[in-house]
Amino acid sequence: MLQAIDRWLKQAALEVQEYVRLTLAAVGCVFTPPVYAHDVVEQFDVIGVGSLTVVLLSGVFTGAALAMQGGLTLDQFGARPVVGRLVSASMIKELGPVLTALMLTGRIGSGIAAELGSMVVTDQINALRALGTDPVRKLVVPRVLAGFFMTPILTIVADFIGIFGGWVVARFTLQVNSGVYWLSVTEGLYMHDAWMGLIKPFVFGFLIVTIACHVGLRTTGGTAGVGKSTTVAVVAGSVAVIAADFFVTQLLVSLLF
Amino acid sequence: MVQGADAQTAKQILSETGAPVVMFDHVRLAFDENVVLADLSFTLIKGHTKIILGASGSGKSTALKIITGLWKADSGVVWVNGERVDQLTEREMMSVRADLGLIFQEGALFDSLTVRENVGYKLYEETDMALDAVDKRVEEVLGFIGLIEYIEKMPSELSGGQRRRVAIARAMAFKPSILLYDEATTGLDPITATTVDDEIIKLRDLEGVSSIVVTHQLRDAFYIATHMAERGADGKVRIMAASADKAEEAEFIMLKDGLICFEGTAEQLRRSTDPYLKTFLS
Ligand SMILES: Nc1ncnc2c1ncn2[C@@H]1O[C@H](COP(=O)(O)OP(=O)(O)O)[C@@H](O)[C@H]1O
Ligand SMILES: [Mg+2]
Repeated sequence: MLQAIDRWLKQAALEVQEYVRLTLAAVGCVFTPPVYAHDVVEQFDVIGVGSLTVVLLSGVFTGAALAMQGGLTLDQFGARPVVGRLVSASMIKELGPVLTALMLTGRIGSGIAAELGSMVVTDQINALRALGTDPVRKLVVPRVLAGFFMTPILTIVADFIGIFGGWVVARFTLQVNSGVYWLSVTEGLYMHDAWMGLIKPFVFGFLIVTIACHVGLRTTGGTAGVGKSTTVAVVAGSVAVIAADFFVTQLLVSLLF
Repeated sequence: MVQGADAQTAKQILSETGAPVVMFDHVRLAFDENVVLADLSFTLIKGHTKIILGASGSGKSTALKIITGLWKADSGVVWVNGERVDQLTEREMMSVRADLGLIFQEGALFDSLTVRENVGYKLYEETDMALDAVDKRVEEVLGFIGLIEYIEKMPSELSGGQRRRVAIARAMAFKPSILLYDEATTGLDPITATTVDDEIIKLRDLEGVSSIVVTHQLRDAFYIATHMAERGADGKVRIMAASADKAEEAEFIMLKDGLICFEGTAEQLRRSTDPYLKTFLS
């Protein structure tokens, strides 16, 4: 029993060490030539533009559900007109960043792990090295850059579309006047909320992609291993997002307030 | 890295005929308990062919990966083109790899890139060569292996034999002086296998490439060892039976349990009476 725990701890420590090593190497490569510009552009397209649909869909329904639930609760206090405030505050501070990050973990985290994993098991990563290319520079850096910069943008999109979804419900189900809704949306916005909502997704995007790259590149065991890596990337990515959400929130609360 | 005057001498030695371009000296590699290479020593002479035979799992691919620096040996010395590959970092290794072409066992073509991009990968991405010069080289190489009409296809649209040939094209496109073939003919029908063998012979005899051919198919091994290519007066390339001298330049080694269990020419291998070799030969 103790032996198993000991082995597990050693394994975990090794995994973390490898993750940190890859992350540092990737960050180092960002600031030194050569940069594979073509791949960077491609990944911004794949990760950013390609994720727009899921982000729009999940954003609009989250905002709508939030307005619906919020409306019911607020009715108990006779405060239905301030539903916009509830929607905007929740979307921007918490749900926009976290839900977008979770959707992206499912979409791009799994995609990256599967792609890099199959490149590992078919020796394509070794082929890159044999042809004189550093796989971190060629594959990891473009994905990390795209994840780091596109996640905040997608989060902003999700925030807006969520508030819009909230408006649809407020206007047509809760019968709240449009003017009242939008006024209450802007009233609910504070500068530090916006900061919080904007800083988090940078952290999330970085975590999702670096974890997926790490898991993908450490794939072993053929095609079955690729499936396993994909699952691990999504699970580890999601847990990391939720845990990071707590720690970053705590940090920002102590810094901003 | 070799420095100064030493580098000069090393270069000079390597430019002479009969120079050793790849040298293994008591190389050992184990994955945990599994000793893959126990004690491997051999030398590849410039322009010659080394044919590595062995059952599957005997460490043939491993040996090629050690030469390319993809894996590091646990102990022993590995020289490639005058560099101690076992001591180089991944970054320093890149300059050695510039003169090494490795054809992976399953081809390892980049499946998100077209045949053109695969073959020209190194030239497009890792050199300053002008784009139209690269295009020309890619077309030339694909012409050489007879796949020019597939240039815009994706690897998934090719047959197994075509993929192997594209893999050879990718490895030879940047004109390395050493080519390492990992089971380039395994799983191919005899006719396609012979076309692949012919490419290996042509590269060796017309381009002066030093080659290590890994295979467990004796038919192909003997064919490569006993044939040679010559460009006739009309410019046509002919493949014919090798002269006795030429056949001597192809050396066989057979791996078993991480050790070399046979070393010699095609003729010696044929005449061997060792029971293990006999089962392999039949
Ligand atoms: N990445 C790896 N991790 C652990 N063992 C490996 C790995 N790759 C190969 N091996 C082991 O090394 C041995 C030799 O493999 P390989 O060189 O591919 O054999 P061959 O090419 O002669 O068929 C096999 O027993 C295999 O199980
Ligand atoms: Mg092999």
